[in-house]
Amino acid sequence: MIHVDHVSHAYTPSGPPVLDDVALDITRGAVTALVGPNGAGKSTLLAAVSRLLGPDHGRVVVDGVDVARAPDREVARVLAVLRQDTRLSARLTVVDLVRFGRFPHSGGRLTTADHEVVAASLAHVGMADLRDRYLDELSGGQRQRAFIAMVLAQETPYVLLDEPLNNLDMEHAASVMRVLRTAADDLGRTVVVVLHDVNMAAAWADDVVGMRDGRVVARGRPAEVLRTDVLREVFGIEIPVVTVDGSPVALHWLPRAGRHPMGVGQRY
Amino acid sequence: MAVGVVRIPVADLLSPTAEQWEVIRVSRIPRVLAILLAGAALSVAGLVMQRITQNSFVSPTTAGTVEAAVLGILVATLLVPAASLLVKMVVAIATSVVATAGFLRLLRGVRHRDPVVVALVGIMYGGVIGAVTVFVAYQRDLLQLLDFWSTGSFSAATEGQYEPLFLVLAVGAVGYVYADRFTVVGMGQEFATNLGVSYRTVRSVGLVVVSVMAATVVVVVGAIPFLGLIVPNVVSLALGDHVGRTLPVVALAGAGFVLACDVVGRVVRFPYEIPVSTVAGVLGAGVFLWLVLRTASGKEAHG
Repeated sequence: MIHVDHVSHAYTPSGPPVLDDVALDITRGAVTALVGPNGAGKSTLLAAVSRLLGPDHGRVVVDGVDVARAPDREVARVLAVLRQDTRLSARLTVVDLVRFGRFPHSGGRLTTADHEVVAASLAHVGMADLRDRYLDELSGGQRQRAFIAMVLAQETPYVLLDEPLNNLDMEHAASVMRVLRTAADDLGRTVVVVLHDVNMAAAWADDVVGMRDGRVVARGRPAEVLRTDVLREVFGIEIPVVTVDGSPVALHWLPRAGRHPMGVGQRY
Repeated sequence: MAVGVVRIPVADLLSPTAEQWEVIRVSRIPRVLAILLAGAALSVAGLVMQRITQNSFVSPTTAGTVEAAVLGILVATLLVPAASLLVKMVVAIATSVVATAGFLRLLRGVRHRDPVVVALVGIMYGGVIGAVTVFVAYQRDLLQLLDFWSTGSFSAATEGQYEPLFLVLAVGAVGYVYADRFTVVGMGQEFATNLGVSYRTVRSVGLVVVSVMAATVVVVVGAIPFLGLIVPNVVSLALGDHVGRTLPVVALAGAGFVLACDVVGRVVRFPYEIPVSTVAGVLGAGVFLWLVLRTASGKEAHG
C-alpha cells in the first residue's frame, strides 16, 4: 500500500503550498489515475511518492518503506517512476534502456534471469521487434513504450507515471493505457498515473483521484467522479456528463457557462 | 617508432644495434607509450565529462579543466620553484577538480539547457581561468613556460619523464567500473534516482576521473585540443552512448588519433617537429565543425 501521510510542500517558503496536507492511501493491484487542473499538485504528489522530491512536511510510506529515508536502491526495488520529461540526452538502443531497469537488482551485471525479464518487458509493450533501434529513431509513442518497458523491467510492485500520454496521438495514447492496464491485470502491478484527460482516466482506471489547489477533493470509482457536480469541485467548470454504453463521458470540450473565476468556460 | 631524427628503418626495429636500441629505449618507446596513454586519457575524460554533464559539446579543454591544470602548475612553480613533477601534478589535479566542480555548479544555474549554450558557457569559463593564468604568468615573466603546458608535444616524453602517465590507467579502470553508472547519470537526475543510482556520488566520481586524467596529461605533455570533444562524439555516432561499450573504443580511437597526429607532426617538416597539439587542433577543428553542422542541420529537419 502507498500511504501518503499528511504531506505538504511549497516551492518557495513564503509561497502558496503546492501540496496542502495531502493524506491518501492507494491499495495494491489497481490502476489509480490522478486528475486535476494545471497546478493542482498531481505531478508534485507523484514526485513526493517516488522520492524525487522531499516534501516539507509529512512522509510517504510504501509497503513499510519510508521512501525519503530508505536507501535509493531499496526504494528502486519497491517503486519505479517515469516522469514526463524524458528528454533524450544519450543515444541508447531500446534494449539497452530496458536493461537498465534491472540495475537496482543486478547492478549492471545481468544474469540469464535478468535477460528474460528484459525480453518479457519488451514483449509486454510490443517493442520486441524494435529492440536494437536507437531511441532517437523512434516515434513518440514507441519511445514512451520503451521507457515503460524499462520501468516494468524493474519488477517493482508499484509503477508511477507522470502524464505518459503527453504529445501522443489518440492511437498511441490508447496503446499506452492498454499496456498499463495489462501491467496491473496480468503482471499484478499497482499503477498510479497522472492524466490530463478525465475520460482516459474513466475508461482505463479503477480508481480516480481528483486534485485541486494541492488537495485531494474527489476520490472514487470512475462513475463516482465523472459527475458534473464532482468535476465542478475539481476543475471549477461546468462539464456535462453523458452516458455512452453504460460508461460516463465528460464533455469537457463543451463546458457550460460556469463560475470559473477567469471567465474561461463561457459558451460561445 | 621508426620515424625520427635518427633514422631507424622499420626492419631494424626487430634487431637494433646497441646505438639504435639506446634511442628506442630512451626516446621512442616512452614517446609511443606517452602518446597512447595521453590520447586515450583525454578522450575518455571527454567521454565521462559529456555523460555527467549530459552534454556532448563539453570536454576538458572547453570547460576549464585543462586551463585550471595549467594554472595549478604555474602556481606550484611560483610557490615552490624547485617543485618536482609529482608536486606539480598533485597541485594541477587539485585545481582541476575545483574548477570542474565549479563548472558543474555553474551549470545548475544555467537555465538554458541548449547544448550549444552550455558549451559556450564552458568556453567562457575556461577563458576566464586562462586569462587569470596568463596575467599571473605575464607578471612573473613566465609566459614561455606557459606555452609548454598549453601546447601539447611529445618531444619531451623520454625515459624518466613520461612515467606519471601510467596513473591514467588506474583512473581509467575506475572509470570503467563506473561506466554503467555514467550512462545512467547521462540520462538525467530523475532517471538515475529511479534506478537507485546516486546522481551526486556518480558525478563526483566522474569529476575526479576527468580531472586526474586531464591534469596528468597536461603536466606531462601539455594540452591537446579537441581530442576529448571529437573522439567520443564520433564513437557515439557509430556505437551510441552506452559507456560500458564505448569506453574501450574511445580510448583506442583517441590513442590512435594522437599517434597519427604525432607522426604527421614529425614528418611534415622533417627533421623538425610540429607540436602534436597543432596538428590535432587543425584536424580536430575540421571534425568539430562537421559535428556541429551535422547537429544544426539535424535540428532543422526535426523542427
